[in-house]
Amino acid sequence: MRFFIYVMAFVGLLGLGSWAYSENYAMRAKVSEVSDLQREIGLLRDALSTQKAEWAYLNRPDRLRELVNLNYERLGLMPMEPAQLGFAAAVAFPRVPLATGLPDTLDLTKSVDVQGDLKPGKLGDVEESVP
Amino acid sequence: MTRTPLRPLARILQARLKGDNPDAIERENLRLRHEEMRDRAMGRAKFRLGLLAVSFVLAFTAIGGRMGLMASQTPVEPKSEIGAVTIQAQRADIVDRQGLTLATNMLTHSLYVQTADLVDPPRVARELSILFPELKEEDLLRRFTDGRSFLWVRKVLSPEQLQAVHEIGDPGLLFGPREMRLYPNGTLAAHILGGASFGNEGVDSAELIGVAGIEKALDARLRDPALADQPLELSIDLTLQATMEEVLAAGMTMMHARGAAGILMNVQSGEILAMASLPTFDPNDRPSPIVAKGAEPADSPLFNRAVQGVYELGSTFKIFAAAQAMELGLVTPDTQINTAALSVGKKRFTEYDGHNYGPTKTVAEVIEVSSNIGTGHIALMIGGERQQQFLSLMGLLDASPVELVEAPGAKPLRPGRWPDVVTVTASFGHGISSSPLNLAAAYASIGNGGIKVTPTLLKRTAPMKGIRVLRHDVALEAVKMLRRVVVSGTATLADVPGYEVAGKTGTADKPRPGGGYYDDKVINTFASVFPASNPQYVLVVTMDEPEGSSGGDVRRTAGWTAVPVAAEIIKRVGPLMGLRPMVEQSPDNAVTAVKN
Repeated sequence: MRFFIYVMAFVGLLGLGSWAYSENYAMRAKVSEVSDLQREIGLLRDALSTQKAEWAYLNRPDRLRELVNLNYERLGLMPMEPAQLGFAAAVAFPRVPLATGLPDTLDLTKSVDVQGDLKPGKLGDVEESVP
Repeated sequence: MTRTPLRPLARILQARLKGDNPDAIERENLRLRHEEMRDRAMGRAKFRLGLLAVSFVLAFTAIGGRMGLMASQTPVEPKSEIGAVTIQAQRADIVDRQGLTLATNMLTHSLYVQTADLVDPPRVARELSILFPELKEEDLLRRFTDGRSFLWVRKVLSPEQLQAVHEIGDPGLLFGPREMRLYPNGTLAAHILGGASFGNEGVDSAELIGVAGIEKALDARLRDPALADQPLELSIDLTLQATMEEVLAAGMTMMHARGAAGILMNVQSGEILAMASLPTFDPNDRPSPIVAKGAEPADSPLFNRAVQGVYELGSTFKIFAAAQAMELGLVTPDTQINTAALSVGKKRFTEYDGHNYGPTKTVAEVIEVSSNIGTGHIALMIGGERQQQFLSLMGLLDASPVELVEAPGAKPLRPGRWPDVVTVTASFGHGISSSPLNLAAAYASIGNGGIKVTPTLLKRTAPMKGIRVLRHDVALEAVKMLRRVVVSGTATLADVPGYEVAGKTGTADKPRPGGGYYDDKVINTFASVFPASNPQYVLVVTMDEPEGSSGGDVRRTAGWTAVPVAAEIIKRVGPLMGLRPMVEQSPDNAVTAVKN
């Protein structure tokens, strides 16, 4: 019995020893892996900051303005005007007193001349409408 | 183990036959057994002592060996403890309010030389001088061979230059990695950002330190390692800033001005959305701060006119006299004020360009036509002491608290004593100088209903707290007066349809360096709030020595120079800020017109 305990203890010792040995090396492998990953993170971080700087440089307002001017033919971009913004509530209802003297048919492919004589009237008056 | 009996029967019987004492046999056997037991015990004790000695020797050898090893090695930190991710960015980025980058860091390399390792110094000197024209071949060669072992050649290298230096291929040429501050937008917001340069330089890295602007003012925050990955958010909006700089530059060229400055600020929070000063510079490559002999400090592009430019801001100050008089209950907008004549002691005051505005005008009309005499009378009603207190309360007599390193040095110029003459001149902005930024903050206080505004360049998350400097109704009346100036007074060119601009012009003669004033050099200012019905933004535009022209005449009043530029800025930035234009309804008939 005593002998058996000794043997078991010895075997246990061997087992634990080899476990500790392998753990040690596994840990060292992980540590070097972590340091590799950290180096990679560092490099990626550098790359990211470089790309961020490049992105900001490529999008600098001076360059965009020049590009807009160069490509005016194609894009036709202009600075935003106050008149392009508004409140929906501020859009006027169509004026009921209609102008006379407008052409019967409107050619919408060209500019439309909408000058005419105003007739007095009130909102809600029903009059003949332009076809 | 066989146990020998103490009294073996065979020997006992024999002994009995011989007549011996059988006990002797037992004793002998007992003695033998005891001797055997003694020998065995002694052997075990010897073995144990030996084992103990061996283990002591082993233990001491192990400890002694370990101690010897530790003593002979250089200590190294256990590797697994470098757990935290090393921070690359040593200086935090600066971004605008939308998160667009204004300043960031970039990895670059410096070039240094270990002269002992140089193989062919003359060739290296020649090749480097070809690569970098600013380096002289003979200087380099002298420095390589005068006995020093180490020298810096260049602080930063572009990747192409790095490759080119590599190709020289001399082992004495070495590269040190370091981070460089980069301002990707070039000259944009240059005066706000300031610039950065290297502090302590080592081979492996170099310290980045702010040298001007917000980079220097908030240097500790930007260098704080705990906040290195959180960018510093400014209140500036990149788009608005670019637009303002574009329009100002165009206006400056058109008006042949020497310089210009513009500030756009939120009236509620005091956040500066755009602040420009022209001429400008590139913070990536700061010019030398030394100005030519005899030149004004403002001629240096490094000079921030919006903050450091302490100018007489002229008639833009008139609204403060009117607002204070209303606050004190001395006048209402409709009180008649003498505009015919004003003398204090021997000094007689006149209107600009010798205008005559008739015997009396209401307070609102005094502001509208910008009458010096009328404002002087209002100021005399207030009195010098109260006027001084009010201007100080509005922040016009102190250096601006904005987060720029230049700000505390730009203290407004105020007269030492405050007699009645000063009271009158100060009421129309003469003899007292303040910066455009202070003026913008004071106008913001009028625009937001009378709460003092502390201007800031940092994005505010919490609402601003400020003391009340004007009653709400007084502030509203003041804005109405400013609106009249634009609708029918001196600033009609600022009437951007839909944005209800309310503002006041100011024209001040430039002081001569030796004393007195120039006749033909002016500083024009236009300070405005918009939209008048619910003011949200304040815009101040200042132009240095502008010359507008209209119908062949040279015009030097703000109404012809700063005002159209300000109007163009408002027209451009309004839509960018999502400000919807109001539909201005013209009164349909006399009844509604009177009601309004």
